[in-house]
Amino acid sequence: MFKFKEWFTHHLEDNVREGELTPYHYTNPYLIGLLLGIVLLATFVIMGRGLGASGALSTVVAVGVDTVSPSTVENNDFYKGYLGDGTQSPFKDWLVFEVIGLVVGGFISGAIAGRNKLIVEKGPRFTNKKRFLFAFIGGTLMGFGAKMARGCTSGQGLTGGAALSLGGWAFMLMVFAGAYATAYFVRRQWI
Amino acid sequence: MTAPFYKFGFFNDEVSLIIAFVIGLFFGFVLERGGFGSGRMLAAQFYFTDMRVFKVMFTAIVTAMIGLFYLAWFGFLDLSLVYYGDTYLLPQALGGLILGIGFVIGGYCPGTSGVAIATGKIDAIFYALGGFFGIFVFGEMFPAIKDFFYSTHMGKVNLPQFFDVSYGFVLSVVILIAIAGFTLVEWGEKVVAKKRSEGK
Repeated sequence: MFKFKEWFTHHLEDNVREGELTPYHYTNPYLIGLLLGIVLLATFVIMGRGLGASGALSTVVAVGVDTVSPSTVENNDFYKGYLGDGTQSPFKDWLVFEVIGLVVGGFISGAIAGRNKLIVEKGPRFTNKKRFLFAFIGGTLMGFGAKMARGCTSGQGLTGGAALSLGGWAFMLMVFAGAYATAYFVRRQWI
Repeated sequence: MTAPFYKFGFFNDEVSLIIAFVIGLFFGFVLERGGFGSGRMLAAQFYFTDMRVFKVMFTAIVTAMIGLFYLAWFGFLDLSLVYYGDTYLLPQALGGLILGIGFVIGGYCPGTSGVAIATGKIDAIFYALGGFFGIFVFGEMFPAIKDFFYSTHMGKVNLPQFFDVSYGFVLSVVILIAIAGFTLVEWGEKVVAKKRSEGK
């Protein structure tokens, strides 16, 4: 059963082994799912939209490209979509503020649990350098894929999933298909 | 009908940004609590050692889905005002596939990488840099792949409309699949754990 005090405390003493976080250190996944669902539902009720993440990254990229080469943006509907009508800063965007909150919220949770420390997430048989390279490649594929799909695990998966969007469900099935099909080839990185 | 509050003009855009920040706080907090700031914990999903990604995502979807349905049914929420993107079937399926491959290679997805960076995961910084680069590559390629990007447009379509069945029916099917899925992964985790302990 869920005990309010444990929610905040029980992680502290357990989390002593460097880089060795086990499922035990984290809250029950079904409880987390329920809470995440309530956050998502609250977003629907308050804002009439769902959660997102990759859109905020796109705003940063679009502003960057616009700063360096305004003529590129002029002929590109993709970048233009993130720059607004020019009457206010593109960073005054709902998703940008949500993602800033997400980073702060993650930090607060990690701080309470004593989990905020500099580590590299990888399996024991993998070097840091290779891990950084893989992280960059994976991130690149993610950025490209999320834009092709018009959203990521948050925007299409959670939001589209809960709204029963056809595209959201097709997206999510393919995410799991792609990940499971690739998992075997990068197993040394993780296990 | 009183919700969505924003669409009924209960507050302005400036206030909506503060709300975005607060919602983000909860979002990030819950993700970190669930272990989603750890690449290893996320990747474990794809090696059947810890199925928490599936459990969390599916529980969250079912919770919000049921909530939406009943709030609309009670007349509190106007479901037609809840925004979600149009379906572009092929680009979304291909985008999902690429993102899935990136997920297991990189170890995160966009939202979880934010939480990972916040909690000090150095690899997540490289992941996020890759994310910016991938979006940039997409943006630069956009004129060339525009036709595909806008192909198979089906409008704002949900599963009940697509299969021409009632909302309640799809709701029931998703709940049943979730229960079956949870039972299956709980059993699967035990099998894998047993195998791993025997192998050592």
